Formats: sequence, structure tokens, C-alpha cells
Amino acid sequence: MDEMIGVERQSMEVDIACVGFGPAAGGFLTTLSRALQDPELQPFMMSKAMPGLPLQVVCYERADDIGFGVSGVVTRARGIRESFPDLDPSQIPMAHPVTRERLVYLKDPIGASRRPPGVKGLDLLTSSLKLLGKGRDHAVELPYIPDFIEKKDGLVLSIGSFNAWVGQQLMASGTVQLWPSTPVAAPIIENDAVVGVRHADQGVDARGAPGPGYMPGMDVRAALTVAADGPVGPVGWKIDEHFGLPEGHHQRDWAVGMKMVVDLPDGCPLEPGTVFHTIGYPEPEIFGFFYVYPDGVASLGVFIPSWFESPVRASYRYLQHWMRHPFVWHYVDGGRMRSWGAKTLAESGRRGEPWLVGDGYARIGEGSGSTNVLTGSGVDEAWTTGVQLAEGVIDLLKQDRPFTRENLEKAYVERRRGSWLEQELRVAEKARDGFQKGFLPGMLGMGLAGISRGKITISGGVKQPQEHVPSLEEYYEGTLAPAEIVRIRQASAASGTALHDALMEAAGWPKIPYDGKLLVSHQDALLMGGKVQAPPGYPDHVVFIYPSVCEACDNKLCIEVCSGEAITPGANGVPEFDREKCVHCGACIWNCTQPVDGGLERGNIEFRAGAGGLHSAEN
Amino acid sequence: MSSGYHIVVCGSLVPDPLQVLEPVEGPDGPALENEMMIPAVLDPWAAHALYEAAHLAARTEGSRVWLVSIGPRARLQQLMMSIAQKVPFELVAADGPASGFTDARETAAALADLIESIDGLDRSRALIFGGRSSASRDAGVTMGMVGERLGVTDQFLAVDKLTVEDDGRLQIMERIEGGRYLVSVCQGPPLVCAWSTGELPEPPNNPQVGMQNMRTIMPALQKAKPVQLDAEGLSYVTVEIPKGKRDTRIERNMGAEDIAREIVEWVRG
Repeated sequence: MDEMIGVERQSMEVDIACVGFGPAAGGFLTTLSRALQDPELQPFMMSKAMPGLPLQVVCYERADDIGFGVSGVVTRARGIRESFPDLDPSQIPMAHPVTRERLVYLKDPIGASRRPPGVKGLDLLTSSLKLLGKGRDHAVELPYIPDFIEKKDGLVLSIGSFNAWVGQQLMASGTVQLWPSTPVAAPIIENDAVVGVRHADQGVDARGAPGPGYMPGMDVRAALTVAADGPVGPVGWKIDEHFGLPEGHHQRDWAVGMKMVVDLPDGCPLEPGTVFHTIGYPEPEIFGFFYVYPDGVASLGVFIPSWFESPVRASYRYLQHWMRHPFVWHYVDGGRMRSWGAKTLAESGRRGEPWLVGDGYARIGEGSGSTNVLTGSGVDEAWTTGVQLAEGVIDLLKQDRPFTRENLEKAYVERRRGSWLEQELRVAEKARDGFQKGFLPGMLGMGLAGISRGKITISGGVKQPQEHVPSLEEYYEGTLAPAEIVRIRQASAASGTALHDALMEAAGWPKIPYDGKLLVSHQDALLMGGKVQAPPGYPDHVVFIYPSVCEACDNKLCIEVCSGEAITPGANGVPEFDREKCVHCGACIWNCTQPVDGGLERGNIEFRAGAGGLHSAEN
Repeated sequence: MSSGYHIVVCGSLVPDPLQVLEPVEGPDGPALENEMMIPAVLDPWAAHALYEAAHLAARTEGSRVWLVSIGPRARLQQLMMSIAQKVPFELVAADGPASGFTDARETAAALADLIESIDGLDRSRALIFGGRSSASRDAGVTMGMVGERLGVTDQFLAVDKLTVEDDGRLQIMERIEGGRYLVSVCQGPPLVCAWSTGELPEPPNNPQVGMQNMRTIMPALQKAKPVQLDAEGLSYVTVEIPKGKRDTRIERNMGAEDIAREIVEWVRG
């Protein structure tokens, strides 16, 4: 097509092209850049793409800044501290050592939460703890936190600030190049080898048709392509489409994490470094987190997992009900939202691991299956995979060996397999399978896996994401009459809005009392907290592959789950997408209820390379 | 004009206005909280100047473009990540504050010194570009003072368009009061152009341009000398971030005219 309209697609060569700047790329590039500065290693670190120059290493990041669009986290930071033995958290904005960590069980203070019998029993049991003086505000701080969850000697971090801090040092070294605002559309695959990446086209309309200023995405050819673009990045996904997954692996478990960064009110007693993990409310399946940063700022939010068997996984609404829980509200009442955002998490852990290497490519970070689903940690693990790959790459460069599958297996994969990372991922591999059977079996399974070091688990088949979604009628059976659901469907279609607010309110969830500071409408959160941007000249990155499938779909969870209300009811049943509201969380792809690809169990939505998104550097 | 223009663009960074910006009292006066970590963008007016400069240089063989920037070195590095893929330029950097709390007179003096230090700059072919103002401190006087210090007396402020006529003369369209333009024609360089919005959109990212620029940018940053901008004699009585006013409503079927009418009524209060 480019030739037809007279615009040539440009091409250039580098040595290493890395896609996505997150913790994994941070670990990779930090390790590599130190080698590039080491006089003893420099003779081996010369460019073949540009003879006479040092190794040419570029990293392309989709977001408009290397610190945008990520997450708050508590981490043991073992790998990070290995890279920075003299790490001083006070040098990183919003970082602090963990000082107090609690696991808190939240009960339902309003009577709208679904409490199956087992959970009701747990409510009663925790009430007895309250009698012992362990509870308040419809919550119980559990007297014990399992060591597999505890982040002893860890850090609370804003990953946005951490990424910016790492990036600043990388840039100061002058050894690697980081390019934000540069979405990569796809890997270039030739003869089953990855030979580089292709950038997204620019100067196109929403459908990708060339317009004024059209510039076809450049081909960047590289001896090694490093896919570090996270769980929903197009490079990782297209590599999986081409090569498939290893036998027995699947990527069926997901979650969307949604959170706010909040100025805590004056007088809030929480010390920096305080960490709360919550379970039990607003629905038993929804976990919450509360991390206190220095200077009266906190990061708090919820995780909505794919095994939450609900057709209305309304993250933002649930986040607000969680914040309104008396235990949380006690600390945040009078506070102010500074920023807001959402992100998809790959929750399959090691079982979701793709082929880690192939000819010309390697996978690191969350998209490589490095998240530990037992300890609930991924940042340090992702960082460590990046370090391990860099160490392997340095070895190969010293030996002047090419980046073939065989060489990368030895240099990187074997290093990864022999590390603490792999050992812990294996312990965690089946830890969450119990959640397939419900909340309590899930908690029990995690406990057993943690205590037995993975030897005992509650196993069973893991459903595909679509199989976790009941119909509205099934979900609300006994709560809402079918006629009421029909009425809400009709009203929603007429107003062009999602169903979840009306459904939840009809089911007993109270309206959110907006205060303009902490409790604001979803759209205000998008503008005040997310500051979402969508630069012109790029196509829509959320695409409904087969419109006919959407037309026939009666359960459009993509609309309900959309973190930015960017997907709304559209004409003829095909949802509309507004990229000016998209926070690039990627929740739509794994919440599509219509499977269309049997091989990788994917739905009818494609999540392509897109520019813009969140402009908050505090997330 | 036989061998092109030598275009010098003065421009530096401002904090991304979408971030949480909070004034604090630092050891050297007012500052922004976590200023060194806040994502930065090229000052929007300077960005227009840079894009116009690159466009003009691309059409005029033999031209060169320098970007002269004063800012904290680490933040200039960060800024280069977002602009170096846009257009080709050579960076001339100085390590100094860019917080909006600097004095325009001192800034102009430092910029003029930097321009005079550029190797290979032919002053007779020089077009000194910059923004008509700065998003971080709207004094609107810096470029005029740069021109005076360099002895360039043809100065045009709030420029929207510069056209090279067939005979090589330059036609310049400036914004003036009352929504009108002042059109001037001058024989050619040297001149000072303080750009308003210009007429060009932001160029697309071109990775090849980025790679090419980086070869000169990193050495320039490493060579950046400290520049003293201590705002001697200035004191700030109060510092505050402009307050935003917002009122969000979703309208799906409202016409553009009705939306515009309502916004005008809302602004009028």
C-alpha cells in the first residue's frame, strides 16, 4: 500500500531493539549500560549494525514518557537491590521501606456484597476476633501475615517514579537510547526468526487510512529484539501468535488493577511504609491494596480477577465502594485524588510463560510469565529477568556468538532456570487454581501452596476467561427479576452507557456521594487523575475483529469492564471505541466473551500499538 | 542566499502541565516539588519555532539548525527523548535552572553567550528563533533582549508565518492587537523571530532522525557548562499554580454550535 501512495517505508539497523520500558527493560538496560561503560568489556561491545560505534541499543516505549501509565507496588526488591546495592529509597520520589504490613479482612457493611455460605461463615468467625479487640470498622486486621505474602525488608514504590529514576541514570550514561511516544506495531518475522520491529504508522485516520503527513512505521532491524512490552503488548502477542505457546501452557488468568494516588487528609495516622492488603469486600473475589508513601501520599486500589464470575466487572465502581468501606474511609476521608489509572496483570504466572527465546528474540518481564502469583509480586521478578537476559547477552557478545535460539537458551534461559526466580515461580505455579472453585477454596489453596512450598495445592481445570462469565440473568438470579434486567438493558442502549451502574444500584449498591476531590465521576477521574491524551495521526488501537460476532454478542463485558469508559454501546451492537479515553489497560481483550481463536483462546478484540494514554507520572 | 540559513532556536523545557505541580520553597528560592523528576515537554512556543526552523532548513539547501537550551542537564536529557525524533538539529546545551523562576535578563544574556560560542555559525546568515513567550513564565521579553545583545536589530515578535520570497527577501507576519497581523518584509538575515503558534503541526516521530540527532546530543549534554542564573535582586512574594476550573458532563447528541454557545456562557459565568 505504501508504494501505491508513493511513500516509502524507511528502515534502519541497530544491534538491540527493546520494546517497552518497564521494570524488566530497566533491569536489562541498566545491566547492559554498565557493561558498555566498563573499559574491559568495551572491546566486545562494538556495533555490527554501525561499524566503528559502540553497540547500538534502543528502547521504544509506547507511552508519552517512560514514567507514565504504570502502577504502585510493594516489593521485596531483592533483584533491584542486587543491581543497586547502595540503594537509597529517599532518592526516588514516593519510595519508602516497608514499615508495617497487615492483612485485613473486610466485611460487608451495607449488605450488597455477594456472600456465599462459606464467606458468611468467615464473617462470623472474624466477628469473634472483633470481640477479642482485633477488629473495628467492619474489618479485622489478621494477627498473622503468611511469610510468602509478607514483603519483609521491602519497599513501597511508585513504578512511574522508579522508572523515571532508572531512565534518568540510563540516559546520563549515554550508552542506550530510550524513545517514548514510539509505539511498536509488530515484530518483523522472517523465516521463523525475529529480525526487528516495525513501528506504528503515523499520519493516519482512526481506521489506519493514510492522511496528510502519512509516514509508514519504520522498520528497525536488529540482531536481537527484546520483547518487554508487558502482558498485552503487541510485540509479545504477535510473537505468541506466530510461535504458539509451549505445550501445557496457557494464559487464562488475568486481573485488572485500578488505583488512585491520594493526598491523605491532615491528621491521617498512617506512617510512610504502611501496607494493607485487603480481602473480602466489595466482593469476596476483589482484593485491595493500600501503600503509604512519604509526605502524606498513598497509593490504593483494587484487583478484579478474571475468575470473578461476574458479567459486570466494573473496576471503577468497585474501587469507589472499596474506598467507602469504613476501614479504608477512616484513613482517606478528606483526602484528594492526585492521579488515577489502571493496568492489566498477567496472572497465569509460570504457566503462562511463552517461548522465552527464539532466533533473534528474547522475552523478559511480565509478558514472559515472571509474575509470582503466590507472593503477589511481579516488579522485582520482571527486573530480575531483564538482568538475567543482559548477563546472557554480555556473555554472548564476549564470545562473539550470534543471538540464535540455541545460544539464548544457554545464555539466558538456563540462567533463569537456575535462579531463585524460577524456584519460586514453580512453587507458585498452581497456587491460585483453587480460585477456579471459589473464593474460599482459592484462599485455602494459596495457604496450602505457601506452607507446603507448592507441594500441596487445590488443583483442577483452569477455565478460559470467557467461561468465567455468566449471563446477567444467571448472575442476578434471586436479586433482580429478568424483567428489571430487560428494562435496564433498554435504558442503557438508549443512553449509550454501560449497564453496571444501573445494575449495581438495583442490586443494592448505594450511589457514590461525589465530593469533587476523592469521589468523582469516572469521566472526571479520567481527566483529573489520568490526564489521558491521544495524539493525532494514529489509528484506533482497539479493534473489534469481526463486527458480526459483536452484533450477535449478548454479553458485552468489554463495555462494562473498560477502565476509561472508552468502549461504549454502538450501532448495530458493535461497540464504539474512543481512543481519547483509553488508558491502555488492555482489560478489553481478556474480557471479551466471544472466543474466535481456538489456538490461543483469544477473543474478538485486538489490542494494537497505540500512542498516548495516561499522562500521570505518579502511578 | 547561496548557502542556506543558519537558524538558531532558543528553547528549553517546561514541566508537563498535566502533572501534579506543587510550588515549594527550595534552598534557592521557589521551586516545584520533585521538579527534577517531573516529565518535561519542550516549551510550546519554542516547539513551534523549532518545527518552523526545521521546515525552512529542509527547503533551503545548506541550512543548519541549532537548538540552544538552558536547563538542568538530567532534565534536558529527558526532554531530548521526546523531541529528538521530531526534526534534525544540533544541540547547544548549558546546565542551569529552567524552572520559570529565572530572570529574563539573565537568561537572555546566557543565551546570547551560548549563541556567540557556536562553532561555524555565520552571523550574517543567522535567523535567531525562539518562542514569543514561555509557558512557565510569561514575560515575553527574552528574545528581544537576546537580539539586542547579539546586535540583531530586525526583531519580530509573535510571528505566525515566515515566507522566503523569490528574490530571497523574507516576509514576516506578526500578530498585533485586535486580532490583526502586521506584515513586514526585510532584506534577509540576520533577524530575530519570536514565534507564536506558527502554521506547522507537530512532526511525526522519525526514529532515523532520532538516531542521527543523538550522536550530537549526548556529546553536547556532556559538554554542557554550568550557567549561573541566580535571579540576583529578584524576590518572589507569592508563588502559585494557576487554578483550573472544570465541570464535566457527557453529551452525545449536542451540536458543535450549541456546545460552543454553552461554553461561552459558562466562561462568562
